[in-house]
Amino acid sequence: MAGERIYPDEVAGPFPRPPVSFEDREGRTIEVRAYDTRDRDETGDGGTDRSAEEFEALVAMYDDFDPSDRAQGIPPGRESRIRDWLDTILGEDCLNVVAWDGEGVAGHAVLVPDEDAYELAIFVYQPYQRAGIGTNLIETLLGYGQENGVEKVWLTVERWNRPAVGLYEKVGFETSNSESFELEMSLRLTE
Amino acid sequence: MKVLLGIGGSEDSIRALSQTVERAKAAGDDLTVGVVDNPDSELRYEEIEARVHEVLSEADLDAEVRHLEGDPGSRIVDVAEDEGFDQIVLGGGETSPMGKINIGGIAEFVLLNSHVTVKLVR
Repeated sequence: MAGERIYPDEVAGPFPRPPVSFEDREGRTIEVRAYDTRDRDETGDGGTDRSAEEFEALVAMYDDFDPSDRAQGIPPGRESRIRDWLDTILGEDCLNVVAWDGEGVAGHAVLVPDEDAYELAIFVYQPYQRAGIGTNLIETLLGYGQENGVEKVWLTVERWNRPAVGLYEKVGFETSNSESFELEMSLRLTE
Repeated sequence: MKVLLGIGGSEDSIRALSQTVERAKAAGDDLTVGVVDNPDSELRYEEIEARVHEVLSEADLDAEVRHLEGDPGSRIVDVAEDEGFDQIVLGGGETSPMGKINIGGIAEFVLLNSHVTVKLVR
């Protein structure tokens, strides 16, 4: 991860701002909402009732996540580790959006700050895959990022994961480094 | 067991050093520490060497410390194969802010090229 990371010259988007509501290809109504990270941090005890419920819903999704869909060690495998990991990526300086099917989590995408840029990751729960949720989720996350003045975003993806690479390319990511095991891609969100 | 630890100064290689020294002590391994020039590391050879000696003396373990100059991955593989080592040990990668594991360039080369068993320390 050393050295200068390369970003496209052109700004991607514009992208929709959360909340975004849509019907997926299975006819389910999905709502993508920003996850309010301040809710949690201010109280220090899991936050308000609503944010505590939302946190538990996220834990439940990751606890049941298909281990064969793990990428570079995340999501982690045990519930205690999932909670630690979520505590990190739901931190106050991170930007999170969650796709909801009622009270249950269908997917989750996040931007984590890294010096002058943000690292992106996205997870779609297995019962909700191949229903168009990933596209809506990542676009809404990028819209949320634009709204918050995020300039540059990068990610790594296993090179054999064609569906993921295709999704990233569709929203404007370009390959910035193809010399490692994992492909590195980047995108410019604002000027 | 004859073990070659490759260390270039990255954080994960320093972790691998501590664990490997502990393990060598417990198992009675014959440990050699090969210090390589990792272009991604900010530590100079002398600094890494000093660190290695510090860890070894704290653990009261005798091990040969060598500077493997040149391309790090290929030097580690060459030495391990030419000198009959049973195992190569390397740092198992750094994690990104997100928590993703990223394997280093040296480990990647060694994994794909070594005929000697490779251990990555997490």
